[in-house]
Amino acid sequence: MNFLAVIGRVTIGFLQAAGRLGIFATTALSHMITPPFYFRTMVQQMMSIGYYSLPVVGLTALFTGAALALNIYEGGSRFNAESALPSIVVIGIVRELGPVLCGLIVAGRVSASMAAEIGTMRVTEQIDAMATLSTDPFKYLIAPRMIATTLMMPFMLVIVADVIGVMGGFLIATGKLGFNAGNYMSLTMDFIEMPDVYASLTKAAVFGFFISLMGCYHGFYSRGGAQGVGISTTNAVVSACMLILLSNYIVTEIFFAS
Amino acid sequence: MTDTPKISLKGLHKQFGPKIVLDSIDLDVMPGESMVIIGGSGSGKSVTLKCILGLLHPQSGSIKVDGEETARMTGKNRKRIQRKFGMLFQGAALFDSLPVWENIAFGLLAEGKATRQQAKEIAIENLRSVGLSPDVAKLSPAELSGGMQKRVGLARAIANKPDIIFFDEPTTGLDPIMADVINELIIERVKEMGATALTITHDMSSVRKIADKVAMIYKGNIIWCGGRNDIDNSGNPYVEQFIHGRAEGPIQMEILKA
Repeated sequence: MNFLAVIGRVTIGFLQAAGRLGIFATTALSHMITPPFYFRTMVQQMMSIGYYSLPVVGLTALFTGAALALNIYEGGSRFNAESALPSIVVIGIVRELGPVLCGLIVAGRVSASMAAEIGTMRVTEQIDAMATLSTDPFKYLIAPRMIATTLMMPFMLVIVADVIGVMGGFLIATGKLGFNAGNYMSLTMDFIEMPDVYASLTKAAVFGFFISLMGCYHGFYSRGGAQGVGISTTNAVVSACMLILLSNYIVTEIFFAS
Repeated sequence: MTDTPKISLKGLHKQFGPKIVLDSIDLDVMPGESMVIIGGSGSGKSVTLKCILGLLHPQSGSIKVDGEETARMTGKNRKRIQRKFGMLFQGAALFDSLPVWENIAFGLLAEGKATRQQAKEIAIENLRSVGLSPDVAKLSPAELSGGMQKRVGLARAIANKPDIIFFDEPTTGLDPIMADVINELIIERVKEMGATALTITHDMSSVRKIADKVAMIYKGNIIWCGGRNDIDNSGNPYVEQFIHGRAEGPIQMEILKA
């Protein structure tokens, strides 16, 4: 009997959370596309999310591209396929590793920071204070963050990650593995196709949406002081990472399953 | 003076799950009156205030502001009613990310009622009215003492010239002298603006200083309401125990029941 009650409680709890997240996401989306827009806040968020994430995203992409080149060269040499290195690096980085690694890095940096900031505002009544000043917290806090992340991921961070990732492979291939620089770039450009780029940017936008949604959602519903904010921050990062990996598969299926 | 109460609560009921916080609150606050609600921790004072402000939604009962039903009001109408309100939060609830002057002018800027330069001038004027120098305007809230934060919170609450000002434990956490300074400021500013004030506190020196009328809340009901000068002769054993701060009496703290 108790076991059934536990299952019932867990199911109801899950459905409540799913419903609350659905309502939150719908409300956030409606505020993202309807005026007024707080452009000043949005630009600040774009700087914080986009510009200040560039170093960590760039370094991650550089080392991943370099390691990928080494792995492919060594693996390819087992069946004399070393020459496929440029094409595999560019496909691997642009389609998959660029957006996914960038998404995971930004989830760790941005989602956590959003959850901590909004969560602290919640437990110190700053969000209530905002509402009493005739300002909708969804408009002022949530929408600018979600717009900024959804735009910065594809149009700044993932483009940079893709380019630097490919350059990481290029540097190792030409500097260490004896590839001709012109040949390498020519093979890379020949092999990359526009659907690869579209898929990369679509993934980035979807990841950006989920990263900010999870950060804002968990922060907004924080409770219980410092410990509650800590739990929200952890939940934001974990759920954002899970959603990135899940949506990565779905977008890949949509673009490339034939 | 009109006969329509500025705020009228009838049968206000609010519960969280099975826990009944407000049983059936009936209370009228007349225009220009300073009403103070007293009661122990967890008696429902803050929930009453949050229901009036629209931050929480009661399960049943009526909340009228200037004769207009607001309990289930949303959207533009809620925003219109919110403009009548100013609120000083217990912990001041200043926005950490904004300097002091932007905190004070937040409502003006958010609603586009003033340019940034005009808003800054209004903020400095409000800072002066709570006894703070213009130099404070550019500081961040973290650089202020508790008393200064309360004064900035008061400046923010009155910046939009509200009809009704709410004070949530305005003197909690302050030394007796600073508490008296805040009480004096509340009296001065409320009288000067001709506003109606609703304060919740358990600081009896504050009650005796700022109240025109006092209501006591206990277990989610108003158990006594009368003039400030009647509180010492209320004949209500609950009120007498509370105002004298006695452990013995009809009010049993949870810890004694265990």
